[in-house]
Amino acid sequence: MALIEIRDVTYKYPFTKKPALHDVNCSIEKGKFYGVIGENGGGKTSLCNLMRGLIPHFYNGELTGIVNIDGTEVRDWNTGELAAKIGYVFQNPFTQISGIKPTVFEEIGMGLENLGMEKEAMIHRILEVSKELDIEDLLQKDPNAMSGGQRQRVAFASILAMDQDIMVIDEPTSQLDPQTTEKVFDIIGQLKNSGKTIILVEHKIDLIARYCDEVILMQGGTIVRQGATADILTDTSIEELGAVVPQTALFGHAMVRAGKSLERIPITVEDAVEQIRKWKEVQA
Amino acid sequence: MSIELRHASFRYPDNYLANDDLNLVVEQGESVAIVGQNGAGKTTAVKMLNGLYRPTKGDVLVDGVNTREKTAAVIGRTVGYVFQNPDDQIFNQNVRAEIEYMPRRLKMPEPEMKRRVDRAVELTGLKKYMGKNPFDIPYPIRKFVTIADVLAMEPKYIIFDEPTAGQDKHGTELLENLLKVLKAEGVGVVTITHDMEFVARNFDRVVVMAKKRIIADDTAKAVFSNDEVMEQAKLKKPQICQVAEMAGLGKGILTIEELVELL
Ligand SMILES: Nc1ncnc2c1ncn2[C@@H]1O[C@H](COP(=O)(O)OP(=O)(O)OP(=O)(O)O)[C@@H](O)[C@H]1O
Ligand SMILES: Nc1ncnc2c1ncn2[C@@H]1O[C@H](COP(=O)(O)OP(=O)(O)OP(=O)(O)O)[C@@H](O)[C@H]1O
Ligand SMILES: [Mg+2]
Ligand SMILES: [Mg+2]
Repeated sequence: MALIEIRDVTYKYPFTKKPALHDVNCSIEKGKFYGVIGENGGGKTSLCNLMRGLIPHFYNGELTGIVNIDGTEVRDWNTGELAAKIGYVFQNPFTQISGIKPTVFEEIGMGLENLGMEKEAMIHRILEVSKELDIEDLLQKDPNAMSGGQRQRVAFASILAMDQDIMVIDEPTSQLDPQTTEKVFDIIGQLKNSGKTIILVEHKIDLIARYCDEVILMQGGTIVRQGATADILTDTSIEELGAVVPQTALFGHAMVRAGKSLERIPITVEDAVEQIRKWKEVQA
Repeated sequence: MSIELRHASFRYPDNYLANDDLNLVVEQGESVAIVGQNGAGKTTAVKMLNGLYRPTKGDVLVDGVNTREKTAAVIGRTVGYVFQNPDDQIFNQNVRAEIEYMPRRLKMPEPEMKRRVDRAVELTGLKKYMGKNPFDIPYPIRKFVTIADVLAMEPKYIIFDEPTAGQDKHGTELLENLLKVLKAEGVGVVTITHDMEFVARNFDRVVVMAKKRIIADDTAKAVFSNDEVMEQAKLKKPQICQVAEMAGLGKGILTIEELVELL
Protein backbone atom coordinates (compact mmCIF):
# COMPACT_ATOMS: atom_id res chain seq x y z
CA MET A 1 0.00 0.00 0.00
CA ALA A 2 1.09 3.54 -0.75
CA LEU A 3 2.62 5.65 2.02
CA ILE A 4 0.03 8.39 1.57
CA GLU A 5 -3.23 7.54 -0.12
CA ILE A 6 -5.72 10.25 -1.01
CA ARG A 7 -9.12 9.18 -2.33
CA ASP A 8 -11.89 11.48 -3.64
CA VAL A 9 -10.95 14.31 -1.36
CA THR A 10 -12.82 17.58 -1.42
CA TYR A 11 -12.05 20.27 1.12
CA LYS A 12 -13.33 23.72 2.01
CA TYR A 13 -11.51 26.04 4.42
CA PRO A 14 -13.74 27.44 7.19
CA PHE A 15 -15.98 30.31 6.10
CA THR A 16 -15.35 29.74 2.41
CA LYS A 17 -17.81 28.70 -0.26
CA LYS A 18 -15.57 27.33 -2.95
CA PRO A 19 -13.55 24.20 -2.19
CA ALA A 20 -9.78 24.74 -2.18
CA LEU A 21 -9.41 21.06 -3.17
CA HIS A 22 -11.90 18.94 -5.07
CA ASP A 23 -11.92 15.35 -6.34
CA VAL A 24 -8.28 14.84 -5.46
CA ASN A 25 -6.87 11.36 -5.92
CA CYS A 26 -3.25 10.39 -5.57
CA SER A 27 -0.86 7.88 -4.09
CA ILE A 28 2.53 8.79 -2.69
CA GLU A 29 4.99 5.89 -2.74
CA LYS A 30 7.67 5.54 -0.10
CA GLY A 31 11.13 6.76 -1.12
CA LYS A 32 10.07 8.80 -4.13
CA PHE A 33 10.58 12.48 -4.87
CA TYR A 34 7.43 14.26 -6.05
CA GLY A 35 7.34 17.73 -7.56
CA VAL A 36 4.08 19.61 -7.20
CA ILE A 37 3.65 22.38 -9.77
CA GLY A 38 0.91 24.63 -11.09
CA GLU A 39 -0.56 28.07 -11.05
CA ASN A 40 -1.02 30.35 -8.04
CA GLY A 41 -4.12 29.36 -6.10
CA GLY A 42 -4.14 25.95 -7.80
CA GLY A 43 -4.22 24.12 -4.47
CA LYS A 44 -0.56 23.14 -4.01
CA THR A 45 -0.25 24.41 -0.45
CA SER A 46 -3.64 22.97 0.43
CA LEU A 47 -2.46 19.57 -0.83
CA CYS A 48 0.59 19.95 1.44
CA ASN A 49 -1.65 20.84 4.38
CA LEU A 50 -3.63 17.70 3.67
CA MET A 51 -0.61 15.40 3.40
CA ARG A 52 0.85 16.80 6.61
CA GLY A 53 -2.50 16.37 8.38
CA LEU A 54 -2.92 20.09 9.11
CA ILE A 55 -6.17 19.56 7.26
CA PRO A 56 -8.22 18.52 9.25
CA HIS A 57 -6.26 18.75 12.55
CA PHE A 58 -5.40 22.45 12.41
CA TYR A 59 -7.73 23.76 9.70
CA ASN A 60 -11.28 22.74 10.43
CA GLY A 61 -13.60 23.23 7.53
CA GLU A 62 -15.31 20.53 5.49
CA LEU A 63 -13.32 17.49 4.50
CA THR A 64 -14.80 14.58 2.57
CA GLY A 65 -13.02 11.53 1.16
CA ILE A 66 -10.19 9.44 2.52
CA VAL A 67 -6.66 10.40 3.52
CA ASN A 68 -4.55 7.54 4.69
CA ILE A 69 -1.05 8.17 6.02
CA ASP A 70 1.15 5.13 6.57
CA GLY A 71 -1.81 2.84 7.06
CA THR A 72 -3.82 5.05 9.39
CA GLU A 73 -6.66 7.37 8.48
CA VAL A 74 -5.53 10.95 9.06
CA ARG A 75 -8.31 11.68 11.54
CA ASP A 76 -7.04 8.84 13.75
CA TRP A 77 -3.44 10.09 13.91
CA ASN A 78 -2.19 11.73 17.08
CA THR A 79 -1.03 15.22 16.06
CA GLY A 80 2.27 15.02 17.94
CA GLU A 81 3.13 11.72 16.29
CA LEU A 82 2.25 13.11 12.88
CA ALA A 83 4.54 16.07 13.48
CA ALA A 84 7.38 13.70 14.35
CA LYS A 85 6.76 11.66 11.21
CA ILE A 86 6.28 14.43 8.64
CA GLY A 87 8.40 17.57 8.38
CA TYR A 88 6.83 20.64 6.82
CA VAL A 89 8.63 23.66 5.42
CA PHE A 90 6.05 26.42 5.03
CA GLN A 91 5.72 28.49 1.90
CA ASN A 92 6.43 31.88 3.39
CA PRO A 93 9.87 32.03 5.04
CA PHE A 94 8.86 35.24 6.74
CA THR A 95 6.21 33.40 8.76
CA GLN A 96 8.13 30.18 9.45
CA ILE A 97 10.63 31.96 11.66
CA SER A 98 9.12 31.88 15.13
CA GLY A 99 10.21 35.39 16.06
CA ILE A 100 10.48 34.37 19.71
CA LYS A 101 14.07 33.14 19.76
CA PRO A 102 16.94 35.61 20.14
CA THR A 103 19.42 33.78 17.90
CA VAL A 104 19.41 31.65 14.78
CA PHE A 105 21.01 28.87 16.80
CA GLU A 106 18.06 28.69 19.19
CA GLU A 107 15.60 29.08 16.34
CA ILE A 108 16.94 25.92 14.70
CA GLY A 109 17.06 24.17 18.07
CA MET A 110 13.42 24.84 18.83
CA GLY A 111 12.00 21.99 16.76
CA LEU A 112 14.59 19.58 18.13
CA GLU A 113 13.67 20.57 21.65
CA ASN A 114 10.05 19.80 20.85
CA LEU A 115 11.11 16.37 19.63
CA GLY A 116 12.74 15.86 23.05
CA MET A 117 16.30 15.61 21.76
CA GLU A 118 19.17 15.64 24.27
CA LYS A 119 21.22 18.79 24.54
CA GLU A 120 24.48 17.40 23.22
CA ALA A 121 22.91 15.67 20.25
CA MET A 122 20.97 18.82 19.57
CA ILE A 123 24.04 21.04 19.39
CA HIS A 124 25.73 18.52 17.14
CA ARG A 125 22.75 18.44 14.83
CA ILE A 126 22.40 22.24 14.66
CA LEU A 127 26.05 22.61 13.69
CA GLU A 128 25.73 19.86 11.12
CA VAL A 129 22.81 21.41 9.21
CA SER A 130 24.27 24.91 9.53
CA LYS A 131 27.39 23.73 7.84
CA GLU A 132 25.40 22.05 5.11
CA LEU A 133 23.42 25.21 4.39
CA ASP A 134 26.33 27.59 4.85
CA ILE A 135 24.71 29.59 7.65
CA GLU A 136 27.37 29.06 10.32
CA ASP A 137 28.22 32.77 10.28
CA LEU A 138 24.62 33.59 11.09
CA LEU A 139 24.13 31.35 14.14
CA GLN A 140 24.52 34.16 16.67
CA LYS A 141 22.46 36.62 14.67
CA ASP A 142 18.94 37.77 15.54
CA PRO A 143 16.63 35.87 13.14
CA ASN A 144 14.77 39.11 12.49
CA ALA A 145 17.91 40.90 11.30
CA MET A 146 18.55 38.77 8.25
CA SER A 147 18.07 39.12 4.51
CA GLY A 148 15.13 37.34 2.85
CA GLY A 149 17.24 34.49 1.54
CA GLN A 150 19.02 34.03 4.86
CA ARG A 151 15.67 33.65 6.60
CA GLN A 152 14.57 31.07 4.11
CA ARG A 153 17.76 29.08 4.65
CA VAL A 154 17.25 29.16 8.41
CA ALA A 155 13.61 28.07 8.01
CA PHE A 156 14.74 25.14 5.87
CA ALA A 157 17.58 24.26 8.26
CA SER A 158 15.11 24.10 11.17
CA ILE A 159 13.12 21.40 9.42
CA LEU A 160 16.09 19.61 7.92
CA ALA A 161 17.51 19.27 11.44
CA MET A 162 14.52 17.21 12.56
CA ASP A 163 15.19 14.47 10.03
CA GLN A 164 11.65 13.15 9.61
CA ASP A 165 10.78 10.25 7.28
CA ILE A 166 8.48 12.28 5.09
CA MET A 167 9.23 15.84 4.09
CA VAL A 168 6.61 18.21 2.73
CA ILE A 169 8.43 21.26 1.41
CA ASP A 170 6.49 24.24 0.06
CA GLU A 171 8.55 26.54 -2.19
CA PRO A 172 11.82 26.42 -0.21
CA THR A 173 13.84 28.42 -2.72
CA SER A 174 11.61 31.38 -3.63
CA GLN A 175 14.03 33.89 -2.07
CA LEU A 176 17.31 32.07 -2.78
CA ASP A 177 20.09 32.93 -5.18
CA PRO A 178 20.56 30.45 -8.04
CA GLN A 179 23.51 28.53 -6.60
CA THR A 180 21.96 28.25 -3.15
CA THR A 181 18.75 27.06 -4.80
CA GLU A 182 20.73 24.34 -6.53
CA LYS A 183 22.33 23.43 -3.22
CA VAL A 184 18.95 23.05 -1.54
CA PHE A 185 17.81 20.76 -4.35
CA ASP A 186 20.99 18.76 -3.93
CA ILE A 187 20.30 18.33 -0.24
CA ILE A 188 16.72 17.29 -0.92
CA GLY A 189 17.98 14.86 -3.55
CA GLN A 190 20.29 13.32 -0.95
CA LEU A 191 17.41 12.99 1.50
CA LYS A 192 15.57 11.02 -1.13
CA ASN A 193 18.61 8.83 -1.72
CA SER A 194 18.72 8.09 1.99
CA GLY A 195 15.20 6.66 1.72
CA LYS A 196 13.02 9.61 2.62
CA THR A 197 9.84 10.49 0.81
CA ILE A 198 9.71 14.02 -0.54
CA ILE A 199 6.79 16.17 -1.62
CA LEU A 200 8.12 19.46 -2.96
CA VAL A 201 6.16 22.44 -4.28
CA GLU A 202 8.25 24.53 -6.64
CA HIS A 203 7.92 26.89 -9.60
CA LYS A 204 11.52 26.43 -10.80
CA ILE A 205 10.73 23.98 -13.51
CA ASP A 206 14.32 23.34 -14.61
CA LEU A 207 15.12 21.93 -11.18
CA ILE A 208 11.90 19.93 -10.95
CA ALA A 209 12.92 18.44 -14.30
CA ARG A 210 16.32 17.48 -13.02
CA TYR A 211 15.49 16.06 -9.60
CA CYS A 212 11.93 14.75 -9.35
CA ASP A 213 10.76 11.21 -10.05
CA GLU A 214 7.18 12.27 -10.59
CA VAL A 215 5.30 15.46 -11.21
CA ILE A 216 1.87 16.39 -9.86
CA LEU A 217 0.29 19.28 -11.76
CA MET A 218 -2.54 21.13 -10.02
CA GLN A 219 -5.04 23.58 -11.36
CA GLY A 220 -8.24 24.94 -9.90
CA GLY A 221 -8.02 22.79 -6.78
CA THR A 222 -7.47 19.43 -8.39
CA ILE A 223 -4.73 17.29 -9.90
CA VAL A 224 -4.86 17.66 -13.68
CA ARG A 225 -1.75 15.63 -14.54
CA GLN A 226 0.39 13.17 -12.65
CA GLY A 227 3.16 10.96 -13.94
CA ALA A 228 6.83 10.47 -14.71
CA THR A 229 8.63 13.83 -14.90
CA ALA A 230 9.77 13.59 -18.52
CA ASP A 231 6.31 12.51 -19.72
CA ILE A 232 4.62 15.50 -18.16
CA LEU A 233 7.22 18.19 -18.87
CA THR A 234 7.84 17.49 -22.55
CA ASP A 235 4.17 17.93 -23.34
CA THR A 236 3.57 21.58 -24.24
CA SER A 237 -0.17 21.24 -23.65
CA ILE A 238 0.56 21.68 -19.94
CA GLU A 239 1.02 25.38 -20.72
CA GLU A 240 -2.74 25.59 -21.13
CA LEU A 241 -3.03 24.15 -17.63
CA GLY A 242 -0.97 26.97 -16.15
CA ALA A 243 2.37 25.13 -16.06
CA VAL A 244 5.72 26.19 -17.44
CA VAL A 245 7.63 23.94 -19.86
CA PRO A 246 11.42 23.84 -19.29
CA GLN A 247 13.47 26.00 -21.69
CA THR A 248 15.38 22.92 -22.82
CA ALA A 249 12.12 21.18 -23.82
CA LEU A 250 10.95 24.29 -25.67
CA PHE A 251 14.29 24.26 -27.45
CA GLY A 252 13.69 20.62 -28.41
CA HIS A 253 10.29 21.51 -29.85
CA ALA A 254 11.75 24.51 -31.71
CA MET A 255 14.29 22.16 -33.29
CA VAL A 256 11.44 19.93 -34.50
CA ARG A 257 9.71 22.94 -36.05
CA ALA A 258 12.97 23.99 -37.73
CA GLY A 259 13.23 20.52 -39.30
CA LYS A 260 16.18 19.60 -37.10
CA SER A 261 14.56 17.09 -34.75
CA LEU A 262 16.67 15.75 -31.92
CA GLU A 263 16.38 12.11 -30.91
CA ARG A 264 14.13 13.10 -28.03
CA ILE A 265 12.87 16.25 -26.33
CA PRO A 266 15.33 17.10 -23.54
CA ILE A 267 14.21 18.42 -20.13
CA THR A 268 17.63 19.11 -18.65
CA VAL A 269 20.69 21.04 -19.79
CA GLU A 270 22.83 17.89 -19.73
CA ASP A 271 20.40 16.00 -21.90
CA ALA A 272 20.05 18.92 -24.33
CA VAL A 273 23.83 19.01 -24.74
CA GLU A 274 23.91 15.24 -25.26
CA GLN A 275 21.11 15.42 -27.84
CA ILE A 276 22.91 18.18 -29.73
CA ARG A 277 26.08 16.08 -29.78
CA LYS A 278 24.24 13.10 -31.25
CA TRP A 279 22.42 15.27 -33.77
CA LYS A 280 25.71 16.75 -34.96
CA GLU A 281 27.15 13.26 -35.36
CA VAL A 282 24.25 12.27 -37.58
CA GLN A 283 24.68 15.44 -39.64
CA ALA A 284 28.39 14.82 -40.13
CA MET B 1 17.13 63.20 -13.90
CA SER B 2 18.44 60.15 -12.07
CA ILE B 3 18.80 58.33 -8.79
CA GLU B 4 22.32 57.79 -7.64
CA LEU B 5 24.46 56.05 -5.03
CA ARG B 6 27.73 57.92 -4.62
CA HIS B 7 30.35 56.11 -2.58
CA ALA B 8 27.47 54.99 -0.40
CA SER B 9 28.03 52.57 2.50
CA PHE B 10 25.59 51.30 5.08
CA ARG B 11 26.14 49.81 8.51
CA TYR B 12 23.25 48.27 10.50
CA PRO B 13 22.74 49.20 14.17
CA ASP B 14 24.29 45.85 15.20
CA ASN B 15 27.45 47.17 13.52
CA TYR B 16 27.23 44.86 10.50
CA LEU B 17 28.50 46.58 7.34
CA ALA B 18 26.03 45.59 4.59
CA ASN B 19 27.01 47.95 1.75
CA ASP B 20 30.57 49.03 1.08
CA ASP B 21 31.21 51.99 -1.23
CA LEU B 22 28.46 51.57 -3.80
CA ASN B 23 28.33 53.64 -6.97
CA LEU B 24 25.30 53.45 -9.22
CA VAL B 25 23.34 55.79 -11.45
CA VAL B 26 19.90 54.92 -12.78
CA GLU B 27 18.44 57.45 -15.21
CA GLN B 28 14.78 58.17 -15.42
CA GLY B 29 13.28 55.88 -18.07
CA GLU B 30 15.97 53.26 -17.62
CA SER B 31 15.24 49.69 -16.56
CA VAL B 32 17.90 47.91 -14.52
CA ALA B 33 18.06 44.48 -12.90
CA ILE B 34 20.01 43.90 -9.68
CA VAL B 35 21.11 40.32 -9.11
CA GLY B 36 23.45 38.62 -6.66
CA GLN B 37 23.92 36.19 -3.83
CA ASN B 38 21.76 36.12 -0.70
CA GLY B 39 22.95 38.65 1.82
CA ALA B 40 24.98 40.57 -0.79
CA GLY B 41 23.25 43.80 0.24
CA LYS B 42 20.69 44.29 -2.54
CA THR B 43 17.73 45.12 -0.31
CA THR B 44 19.87 47.38 1.83
CA ALA B 45 21.10 49.27 -1.24
CA VAL B 46 17.66 49.94 -2.66
CA LYS B 47 16.37 51.01 0.74
CA MET B 48 19.03 53.72 0.58
CA LEU B 49 17.81 54.69 -2.92
CA ASN B 50 14.31 55.32 -1.64
CA GLY B 51 15.32 57.06 1.55
CA LEU B 52 14.25 54.37 4.02
CA TYR B 53 17.91 54.16 5.04
CA ARG B 54 20.44 56.99 5.01
CA PRO B 55 23.97 55.99 4.00
CA THR B 56 26.29 55.84 6.99
CA LYS B 57 29.01 57.06 4.58
CA GLY B 58 28.77 58.66 1.15
CA ASP B 59 25.69 60.13 -0.49
CA VAL B 60 22.46 59.20 -2.20
CA LEU B 61 20.99 61.64 -4.70
CA VAL B 62 17.45 61.69 -6.06
CA ASP B 63 17.14 64.03 -9.02
CA GLY B 64 20.19 65.81 -7.71
CA VAL B 65 18.88 66.26 -4.16
CA ASN B 66 20.74 64.59 -1.30
CA THR B 67 18.41 62.21 0.57
CA ARG B 68 19.72 63.58 3.86
CA GLU B 69 17.87 66.81 3.14
CA LYS B 70 14.45 65.20 2.79
CA THR B 71 12.20 62.92 4.82
CA ALA B 72 11.73 59.31 3.75
CA ALA B 73 8.05 60.05 3.11
CA VAL B 74 8.89 62.77 0.63
CA ILE B 75 11.57 60.75 -1.18
CA GLY B 76 9.18 57.79 -1.29
CA ARG B 77 6.86 59.79 -3.51
CA THR B 78 9.58 60.13 -6.14
CA VAL B 79 11.13 56.69 -5.63
CA GLY B 80 8.51 54.04 -4.88
CA TYR B 81 9.68 50.82 -3.21
CA VAL B 82 7.90 47.47 -3.29
CA PHE B 83 9.15 45.51 -0.27
CA GLN B 84 10.64 42.02 -0.51
CA ASN B 85 8.22 40.83 2.16
CA PRO B 86 4.74 42.18 1.36
CA ASP B 87 3.71 41.81 5.00
CA ASP B 88 6.17 44.57 5.93
CA GLN B 89 4.27 46.94 3.66
CA ILE B 90 0.56 46.16 3.98
CA PHE B 91 -1.44 47.43 6.90
CA ASN B 92 -5.01 47.97 5.73
CA GLN B 93 -7.76 45.40 6.22
CA ASN B 94 -9.05 45.54 2.68
CA VAL B 95 -7.31 45.56 -0.71
CA ARG B 96 -9.14 48.63 -1.98
CA ALA B 97 -8.45 50.58 1.21
CA GLU B 98 -4.81 49.50 1.00
CA ILE B 99 -4.34 50.80 -2.55
CA GLU B 100 -6.29 54.00 -1.88
CA TYR B 101 -4.52 54.72 1.38
CA MET B 102 -1.69 56.96 0.19
CA PRO B 103 -3.65 58.88 -2.47
CA ARG B 104 -6.28 59.59 0.20
CA ARG B 105 -3.68 60.67 2.70
CA LEU B 106 -2.30 63.09 0.17
CA LYS B 107 -5.86 64.40 -0.28
CA MET B 108 -5.85 63.67 -3.97
CA PRO B 109 -9.05 64.74 -5.76
CA GLU B 110 -11.50 61.82 -6.07
CA PRO B 111 -11.44 61.53 -9.92
CA GLU B 112 -7.64 61.57 -10.00
CA MET B 113 -7.49 58.96 -7.27
CA LYS B 114 -9.98 56.79 -9.10
CA ARG B 115 -8.01 57.02 -12.33
CA ARG B 116 -4.80 56.01 -10.61
CA VAL B 117 -6.30 53.18 -8.60
CA ASP B 118 -8.13 51.80 -11.64
CA ARG B 119 -4.91 51.80 -13.61
CA ALA B 120 -2.95 50.15 -10.79
CA VAL B 121 -5.62 47.47 -10.44
CA GLU B 122 -5.73 46.86 -14.16
CA LEU B 123 -1.96 46.45 -14.40
CA THR B 124 -1.80 44.06 -11.45
CA GLY B 125 -4.90 41.99 -12.24
CA LEU B 126 -6.33 42.54 -8.78
CA LYS B 127 -9.92 43.29 -9.74
CA LYS B 128 -11.47 40.22 -8.16
CA TYR B 129 -9.58 40.69 -4.90
CA MET B 130 -10.62 44.28 -4.20
CA GLY B 131 -13.01 43.45 -1.36
CA LYS B 132 -10.72 40.93 0.33
CA ASN B 133 -8.49 41.22 3.35
CA PRO B 134 -4.91 41.32 1.99
CA PHE B 135 -3.81 38.82 4.62
CA ASP B 136 -6.35 36.24 3.39
CA ILE B 137 -5.04 36.15 -0.15
CA PRO B 138 -2.09 34.05 -1.30
CA TYR B 139 1.43 35.43 -0.98
CA PRO B 140 2.14 36.00 -4.71
CA ILE B 141 -1.08 37.96 -5.14
CA ARG B 142 -0.40 39.90 -1.96
CA LYS B 143 2.83 40.96 -3.64
CA PHE B 144 0.74 42.45 -6.45
CA VAL B 145 -1.24 44.39 -3.85
CA THR B 146 1.97 46.06 -2.72
CA ILE B 147 2.89 46.72 -6.34
CA ALA B 148 -0.50 48.39 -6.88
CA ASP B 149 0.11 50.50 -3.75
CA VAL B 150 3.22 51.94 -5.34
CA LEU B 151 1.75 52.24 -8.86
CA ALA B 152 -1.13 54.33 -7.52
CA MET B 153 1.43 56.89 -6.36
CA GLU B 154 2.80 57.17 -9.92
CA PRO B 155 6.39 57.80 -8.81
CA LYS B 156 9.12 58.72 -11.30
CA TYR B 157 11.19 55.72 -10.20
CA ILE B 158 10.03 52.33 -8.94
CA ILE B 159 12.04 49.64 -7.18
CA PHE B 160 10.75 46.06 -7.13
CA ASP B 161 12.38 43.78 -4.56
CA GLU B 162 12.04 40.14 -5.67
CA PRO B 163 8.71 40.49 -7.49
CA THR B 164 9.25 37.17 -9.29
CA ALA B 165 9.46 35.08 -6.09
CA GLY B 166 6.75 32.43 -6.10
CA GLN B 167 5.03 33.77 -9.21
CA ASP B 168 3.43 31.38 -11.65
CA LYS B 169 3.40 31.80 -15.43
CA HIS B 170 0.52 34.25 -15.34
CA GLY B 171 2.07 36.35 -12.55
CA THR B 172 5.39 36.47 -14.37
CA GLU B 173 3.65 37.60 -17.56
CA LEU B 174 1.83 40.33 -15.63
CA LEU B 175 5.19 41.54 -14.35
CA GLU B 176 6.73 41.51 -17.81
CA ASN B 177 3.86 43.52 -19.19
CA LEU B 178 4.14 45.96 -16.30
CA LEU B 179 7.84 46.50 -17.00
CA LYS B 180 7.03 47.29 -20.64
CA VAL B 181 4.32 49.76 -19.69
CA LEU B 182 6.57 51.55 -17.20
CA LYS B 183 9.37 51.73 -19.70
CA ALA B 184 7.06 53.23 -22.33
CA GLU B 185 5.94 55.81 -19.79
CA GLY B 186 9.52 56.79 -19.00
CA VAL B 187 9.50 55.53 -15.42
CA GLY B 188 12.91 54.48 -14.09
CA VAL B 189 12.77 50.90 -12.80
CA VAL B 190 15.11 48.88 -10.61
CA THR B 191 14.19 45.20 -10.19
CA ILE B 192 15.91 42.82 -7.80
CA THR B 193 15.47 39.20 -8.83
CA HIS B 194 17.04 35.76 -8.56
CA ASP B 195 15.33 34.56 -11.74
CA MET B 196 17.96 34.62 -14.47
CA GLU B 197 15.54 33.58 -17.22
CA PHE B 198 13.47 36.63 -16.28
CA VAL B 199 16.56 38.83 -16.44
CA ALA B 200 17.55 37.46 -19.84
CA ARG B 201 14.07 38.15 -21.23
CA ASN B 202 13.49 41.61 -19.80
CA PHE B 203 16.66 43.55 -19.08
CA ASP B 204 19.51 44.99 -21.09
CA ARG B 205 21.39 46.40 -18.13
CA VAL B 206 22.31 44.16 -15.20
CA VAL B 207 23.97 45.19 -11.94
CA VAL B 208 25.61 42.38 -10.00
CA MET B 209 26.24 42.46 -6.25
CA ALA B 210 28.40 40.19 -4.13
CA LYS B 211 29.71 40.58 -0.60
CA LYS B 212 28.52 44.14 0.09
CA ARG B 213 29.74 45.51 -3.25
CA ILE B 214 28.72 46.05 -6.85
CA ILE B 215 30.99 43.77 -8.87
CA ALA B 216 29.56 44.32 -12.35
CA ASP B 217 27.29 46.76 -14.18
CA ASP B 218 26.94 45.75 -17.81
CA THR B 219 24.70 44.32 -20.53
CA ALA B 220 22.94 41.03 -19.80
CA LYS B 221 24.98 39.38 -22.53
CA ALA B 222 28.26 40.54 -21.03
CA VAL B 223 27.29 39.59 -17.50
CA PHE B 224 26.15 36.11 -18.49
CA SER B 225 29.41 35.64 -20.40
CA ASN B 226 31.56 36.52 -17.40
CA ASP B 227 32.22 33.30 -15.47
CA GLU B 228 34.07 34.96 -12.65
CA VAL B 229 31.25 37.38 -11.90
CA MET B 230 28.68 34.58 -12.11
CA GLU B 231 30.65 32.51 -9.64
CA GLN B 232 31.31 35.30 -7.14
CA ALA B 233 27.67 36.34 -7.07
CA LYS B 234 26.41 32.73 -6.88
CA LEU B 235 24.46 33.13 -10.08
CA LYS B 236 23.63 30.67 -12.79
CA LYS B 237 23.35 31.32 -16.47
CA PRO B 238 19.97 30.94 -18.12
CA GLN B 239 19.42 27.38 -19.36
CA ILE B 240 19.79 28.16 -23.04
CA CYS B 241 23.01 30.02 -22.33
CA GLN B 242 24.34 26.95 -20.48
CA VAL B 243 23.35 24.58 -23.26
CA ALA B 244 25.01 26.73 -25.94
CA GLU B 245 28.19 27.03 -23.95
CA MET B 246 28.44 23.36 -23.01
CA ALA B 247 27.75 22.33 -26.59
CA GLY B 248 30.61 24.58 -27.70
CA LEU B 249 28.37 26.96 -29.66
CA GLY B 250 29.48 30.17 -27.99
CA LYS B 251 28.93 32.43 -25.00
CA GLY B 252 26.14 34.82 -24.14
CA ILE B 253 23.47 33.05 -26.23
CA LEU B 254 20.21 33.95 -24.50
CA THR B 255 17.30 32.87 -26.67
CA ILE B 256 16.03 29.61 -28.14
CA GLU B 257 15.86 31.22 -31.59
CA GLU B 258 19.55 32.13 -31.50
CA LEU B 259 20.43 28.61 -30.42
CA VAL B 260 18.33 26.86 -33.08
CA GLU B 261 19.80 29.19 -35.68
CA LEU B 262 23.34 28.16 -34.70
CA LEU B 263 22.64 24.49 -35.43
N1 LIG C 1 -6.25 29.42 5.09
C1 LIG C 1 -7.09 29.59 4.06
N2 LIG C 1 -8.36 30.00 4.26
C2 LIG C 1 -9.20 30.16 3.23
N3 LIG C 1 -8.90 29.91 1.95
C3 LIG C 1 -7.65 29.50 1.67
C4 LIG C 1 -6.67 29.33 2.71
N4 LIG C 1 -5.53 28.91 2.15
C5 LIG C 1 -5.77 28.85 0.81
N5 LIG C 1 -7.04 29.20 0.53
C6 LIG C 1 -7.66 29.20 -0.81
O1 LIG C 1 -7.56 27.91 -1.36
C7 LIG C 1 -7.23 27.96 -2.75
C8 LIG C 1 -5.98 27.16 -3.01
O2 LIG C 1 -4.90 27.86 -2.39
P1 LIG C 1 -3.45 27.24 -2.16
O3 LIG C 1 -2.74 28.15 -1.24
O4 LIG C 1 -3.57 25.82 -1.78
O5 LIG C 1 -2.85 27.38 -3.63
P2 LIG C 1 -1.34 27.25 -4.14
O6 LIG C 1 -1.37 26.40 -5.35
O7 LIG C 1 -0.46 26.84 -3.04
O8 LIG C 1 -1.01 28.74 -4.58
P3 LIG C 1 0.37 29.58 -4.53
O9 LIG C 1 1.15 29.23 -5.76
O10 LIG C 1 -0.12 30.98 -4.59
O11 LIG C 1 1.07 29.26 -3.28
C9 LIG C 1 -7.12 29.43 -3.10
O12 LIG C 1 -8.33 29.84 -3.68
C10 LIG C 1 -6.88 30.10 -1.77
O13 LIG C 1 -7.39 31.42 -1.77
N1 LIG D 1 18.10 44.64 10.27
C1 LIG D 1 19.32 44.13 10.10
N2 LIG D 1 20.24 44.18 11.10
C2 LIG D 1 21.48 43.68 10.93
N3 LIG D 1 21.92 43.09 9.80
C3 LIG D 1 21.05 43.02 8.77
C4 LIG D 1 19.72 43.53 8.87
N4 LIG D 1 19.09 43.31 7.70
C5 LIG D 1 19.98 42.70 6.92
N5 LIG D 1 21.17 42.52 7.55
C6 LIG D 1 22.38 41.89 7.00
O1 LIG D 1 22.89 42.68 5.94
C7 LIG D 1 23.33 41.87 4.85
C8 LIG D 1 22.65 42.34 3.58
O2 LIG D 1 21.24 42.11 3.70
P1 LIG D 1 20.25 42.44 2.50
O3 LIG D 1 18.88 42.21 3.02
O4 LIG D 1 20.56 43.76 1.93
O5 LIG D 1 20.69 41.30 1.46
P2 LIG D 1 20.07 40.90 0.05
O6 LIG D 1 21.15 41.03 -0.98
O7 LIG D 1 18.82 41.66 -0.20
O8 LIG D 1 19.81 39.35 0.25
P3 LIG D 1 18.57 38.40 -0.20
O9 LIG D 1 18.85 37.99 -1.61
O10 LIG D 1 18.70 37.23 0.70
O11 LIG D 1 17.30 39.17 -0.02
C9 LIG D 1 23.01 40.42 5.25
O12 LIG D 1 24.18 39.76 5.62
C10 LIG D 1 22.06 40.54 6.43
O13 LIG D 1 22.29 39.52 7.39
MG1 LIG E 1 1.15 27.75 -2.11
MG1 LIG F 1 16.84 41.12 -0.28
